[in-house]
Parts: sequence; structure tokens; C-alpha cells
Amino acid sequence: MKNVLLVKYGEIAMRGKNRYLVENRLIKTIIKRLDKYPGYRVYKEQGRILVVNEEGEFDYDTVIPIVVNILGVTAVCPGIEFEDQSIESLRKHALMHFKEHFPNGGVTFKVITRRSDKRYPMTGNEISADVGGYILHNIDDLKVDVHDPEIQLMVELRNNAYIYSKLIKGYGGLPYGSSGKATVLLSGGIDSPVSAFLTARRGVEIEAVYFDSPPYTSERAKQKVMDLAERLSAFTGSIKLHIVPFTETQLCIYEHTPPEKMTILLKRAMLKAGEKIAIGNKSHALVTGDSIGQVASQTMEAIYAIDSAASIPVLRPLCSMDKQDIVDIATDIGTFDISIRPYEDCCTVFVAKHPETKPKKSIIEAIERKIEGLDALIDKAVENSETVEF
Amino acid sequence: MIYFDNASTTKMSKQVMEYMYEFMNKNFANPSSLHSIGFEAEKEITRARKIIASAVKADPDEIYFTSGGTEANNTAILGAAEAYKRRGKRVITMNIEHPSVTDSFKELERRGFEIVTLDVDSKGYVPIDELENAVNENTILVSIMYVNNEVGTVQDIEKIYSVIKNKNPQCVFHTDCVQAFCKHPINSRYADIITMSGHKICSAKGIGAMYIKNGLRVNNLHFGGGQEKGFRPGTENTYGIAAMGKAVEIALENMESNYKRVSEVKNTLMHITNKLEDVYVNGDAEKGSPYILNLSFKNVKGEVLLHALESEEIYVATGSACSSRAKEKKKIVDYITEGRGASAVRFSFSADNTVEEAEIVVESLIKNVPLLRRFIPR
Repeated sequence: MKNVLLVKYGEIAMRGKNRYLVENRLIKTIIKRLDKYPGYRVYKEQGRILVVNEEGEFDYDTVIPIVVNILGVTAVCPGIEFEDQSIESLRKHALMHFKEHFPNGGVTFKVITRRSDKRYPMTGNEISADVGGYILHNIDDLKVDVHDPEIQLMVELRNNAYIYSKLIKGYGGLPYGSSGKATVLLSGGIDSPVSAFLTARRGVEIEAVYFDSPPYTSERAKQKVMDLAERLSAFTGSIKLHIVPFTETQLCIYEHTPPEKMTILLKRAMLKAGEKIAIGNKSHALVTGDSIGQVASQTMEAIYAIDSAASIPVLRPLCSMDKQDIVDIATDIGTFDISIRPYEDCCTVFVAKHPETKPKKSIIEAIERKIEGLDALIDKAVENSETVEF
Repeated sequence: MIYFDNASTTKMSKQVMEYMYEFMNKNFANPSSLHSIGFEAEKEITRARKIIASAVKADPDEIYFTSGGTEANNTAILGAAEAYKRRGKRVITMNIEHPSVTDSFKELERRGFEIVTLDVDSKGYVPIDELENAVNENTILVSIMYVNNEVGTVQDIEKIYSVIKNKNPQCVFHTDCVQAFCKHPINSRYADIITMSGHKICSAKGIGAMYIKNGLRVNNLHFGGGQEKGFRPGTENTYGIAAMGKAVEIALENMESNYKRVSEVKNTLMHITNKLEDVYVNGDAEKGSPYILNLSFKNVKGEVLLHALESEEIYVATGSACSSRAKEKKKIVDYITEGRGASAVRFSFSADNTVEEAEIVVESLIKNVPLLRRFIPR
């Protein structure tokens, strides 16, 4: 008998002929993340991914948090694997597992059996009833509840037998990197890291872009974005962050733009720079943290006036979400506390007191065309960008 | 590198570093240990205590070591108020104190004390007549800082002390002397409790001291093994104490020449007010401490200028380092001026600084400020 971790994954099963590719991608990611812990082997068995330690004790406290964060994993279950599938063996192992995890009893439970070997002398229900009765007989203060049990003890009979009872939920989605690539504009606020996470969860490989404007933004603000990128890498495995020196571009726009239109032109410049980086790294889309109506530059009119700056698709995963929903996700994925660090946002110098909420695309584009040398400045900024990998 | 942020902290001087290193090599013992090396460590503490006492013209018995200025301020205010609360519940401070004082008073307010906060004038001075009116027979504590940490205003401590004692001889007077210690003359005759810190005078961080007048009661906030006469238990920070003793010794020897030297540095930097339009001195331009110069550059955000200077390896501050992390960002400059806080930059000096450095900073300001003024918030 040995300790194992069963890894469950969701939507992959619907992927037809691509299924094995996607499964292998997920297995590869798990192997990579467990690389520095010796002895762990990851393999596939009949629609399950299993993690075992072939050299020593299975360190669940270390391994579970790593695997459960991997995108595409819907849940993980710590359990045991053994060869002898006789009913006596099932009883013995089920009782042992139960005693280990719920030593004090005081719970309601039921046993659920799945068997792929239909030649087994008992049906699934017969096995469940037998094993359940045995546990009930051997541990005090237990109750069976077949409708709404606190504990579902799973018995699975495949090439080997598996028993588990705990299910730790993952983030689901698709294995990272199984749905192409996109470039995320990461600001340091609450929204954009959530946007990056949600995109990555759909299997999209991401790279991030940050616009740095010293001396108007500080080193600490930059560090904050680097820390956000590092946090996101807990889900993606690794992430590249491109830091684009944007002061000159911003000042140029400032000098040639009426204050109330400044933000729109600035965001267009960011899309243009982002697109250059996206094309360079073979991304097929840009991703932003826009949420409709949250600020002046996020009205439908503003989005319309900004969007034409890029020729590749601009995805806005948060567009329909309320702020609280975004904050909840940010808290859940651990980016919120980084995002709210109180470093003064010096960028206010570039933001008008009363920005326009209904900009006209044609007027914005006309102003932009008249700014001499803007495209060259954007090109230069992208050329001078620095890349950090987490 | 030009370091003009010495009010935040100073670089440890080479002499102090070497002294501390030598002491660390020589003696790691616990001064409470009965053996001879323990006694050697105790002797080092005694030595430092004597030097520090001499810095404020006090008796060594009246000096207690703490972890720094914040702890000393907290202990002075909470400890004295609790010790004398049966006499009355009125306590007085001013609106431009260090957060470690202001927040201690907020704590007293929560504990049911009556707080009087005096508003300073446009140069940062506490109005003496208002202070006199505020002190009554129920007043048990007044806390007024000697040299202000952000704008350098130097209060008339002698006058303040006599005004308080004339109204109520039993009222305790505490003064936070962290920015004045070993820089301006301090005489314990004019205070009941004095706060001192090591790292503003080229010593190590994490060490400070309090002067408490003999016979005065101050409740301790820490409990334990009886160190510092039971007032501040916990194994003594022997390395920090050794460093502070040495730093005070050196600073006292050079107090006058240091004062002259930083005055020259400050005066050189002050030339910027003639070379650029719309530069204002916050605080008292003539009589402020030569160790601190606080300037507002109209239409330039302080933090932006700070980062622009930092790219030329010139290091300054926008306000107190202790409040830059706080969420509520009202600077002391906001209390003494009409809206100059956002554009305020603090330059603070040590004897290490030179007139040449000040000249370089003037040049840098002449270059950077007009550039930044091209982009004013609109």
C-alpha cells in the first residue's frame, strides 16, 4: 500500500482527439512543479492523474498546495493505493484510512464504489454496503447518511484499488498553455492581476507588460508589479514581465492633448506598445483589467475610442464584473494584499481632474495623428523595455 | 551619492562601527551574568550611560536605555500619564509631533484622558500664551518636541518649561529630543523626561534612551528580569549601547563644529530660493535648525522631485520616514502652511555633508524643477 494524490481535471475530457495532448500538458506541468522535491512520480491511469512518491513518505502538506494551484486541476484527493482487491483487503484498508483521517468519529458518511473491472464478484453497491457496515461496526459514534453525508469514502477499483475521502478544490479551467498565448497589461492595481489569472485559467499562456514612468512612478510601485507577477507564477509556473519605460511617451501625449482626453490617448499608446510586445512574443491577443463603467476610461464610449489602437483582439475578462467580485477573486488568489500596498501613485500628474466619459473616437484619432513622433517614441519605449522572468 | 536624509537616519560613522565591532569581538556576555565577562559588559553599559547623561547634563542614574525613540516616547507619555492620573486627567501636546507621540496621545484619549492639542503658528512654534492658558491644576503632562523632525523648528524649551511650572509645578514636561540630541544644547534642568535616539547621530539602529528626572514616577510598559532598575527589563542591547555611547562621545566633542558645518551646507542649499521662482521655506527660514531644510517647490509633487533627484543619486525625503507608510498622509507642512505639503521636500544634513554637495544639489534642482514644472496637474 502506498499514499497517493489523485488529481481530477474537468473540461479536458471533452476535448476529443486533443485530449491526450492536453492531459500530457497537465502532467508535464505537475512534474515540473514537483521537480525540486525528490521521489515524486506523476502518471496517468484510466482518466486519472496520480502522484506517488517512490522514494519516501508522501509529504501532503507540501505537495497539495502546489498541485491544487495548477490551472486545469479541479480537485485533488489524498488517498491510498493497493493491489489486493479482495473484499477483506478493501475492508481493512478502508477502515485504516477512515481511522487515520477521522479518528474521533462523530460524523455521517457513506461509501461509494466505482469499479472498472465488471468481472468482480460483487456489484458496486454490494461492496459499498459491505465496507460501510464494516467501518460502522469498528468505529464508535458514526452514522450512515446516504443522502447528505459529511464524508464520502470513495473506493475505486481499477488496475489497483484506491481509497480516498477528502477532496480539495482547485481552480479548474484548462491546463496552462493549452489555449494559445496572450499579453496582459499589468498595472499594479487590483483588477489587472485578476484579469491575468482568469485568462491563464482558460489555458492561455500569458506574458505581462508594465509601463514604468520614473520619476512619476517609484521603484516601489515597480516592485509591487514584480511581486504581482511572481504571485501569478504560482498558477502559471513561470511568467515573463516586460517593463516598458514610458515617461517620454506620456510627457509627449501630455503636451499635445487637452487634459480631459489625456487618459484615452494614454491608454491607446499603451495598447500600441502592448501590441508590439504581443506580436514579438507570438501572442494572439491583449488582455486588460477594464471593467465597464468603473472609471471614466472604462465607459462603452471610451472602450470604443481606445480599442481601435490595437489591431489584435483586446480581451477584457472583467468587463461585466462588479468591483466586489473582482476583489473576492483577488483575495482568493493572493494578489489583493499586494495590490493595495500604499505606495503613492505618482501617475496622478497625468490624469485630469475631470476626464471625458464620452470621448469621440474620430476626434481622439485626429488628435493622435497630429502628435508628431508619437509612434517613434512608442517604438523606442518598446525597444528599451527590460524583461524579467519569474 | 549625496545623502541629505539624515533626519530619517544617519550612516554609522567609521569610528562607531569599529568601536562596536571591537566590542562585539571582545564581549558577547549578558551584563546580568555574575561572571567576570558579564561584569565587563555591564561596565560598558555604565560607561555609555555616563556619556549620555553628560550629553543632557544629567545624572547617570536618570538615564534608561530603550529600543529607540518610539519606545521612549510611548513610555514617557503613557507611563507618566498612568502614574499621575489620580492628580488629574488633562494632558497637552501640539499638532506637529512625531507619530509616536501623537498616537500615544490618541491612546490616552481612548483611556479616558482629556487631550489638548495646541496648534502651532505658521513657522511651527507652539504659542506660549495658549500653552499657559491650557495648563491648569488638572494638567499632569505636557509633551512638546524640541526640534521638529520635518521642518526643523526649534521650540524655546526653557521658556516652555518655566511657563508650565509656574502654572502647575507638579505637571510633568516631556520633550522629544530625537532630532536635537547631540546637535543642539539640551539641559535636563528644563525637562522632566527627554527622548533620545542613537541612529540619528551615526550610531546603530534599535537603541535609544530616556532621561527621567530623579524622583519622578513613570510606569513601565515592559515586565521581566529587572534590567534598567526594572523599568525596562529585557537583556540589554549591549552592542547598540556601546555604539550609542561612542557616537554620543564623538558628537559631543564636535557639536559646535558640526553645527557650523551643517549651517554652511544649509545656507548653500538655501540659495535655491533665489535661483528658482516659487520656492518656499517651510518652518522658520532664519532660526530653524541648521540640520533640516524643508522646501516647497510650487507645482512640483514632492515625491516626483524625490525620485528625479534619486536618479542622480541624491537622496532626500518628502516628510517623516515614519509617516510615509501611514495611510493618512497629512504632513507637518500641511499644518503650518496653506497646501504646501504635497510639494514639500525635506533636506536633512549631517557633519559628513559638504558645501560642495549642497552646490551639486542646487544645480540638480535648477535642472530638474523646471523640467518637472512643465507637467503640472491640470
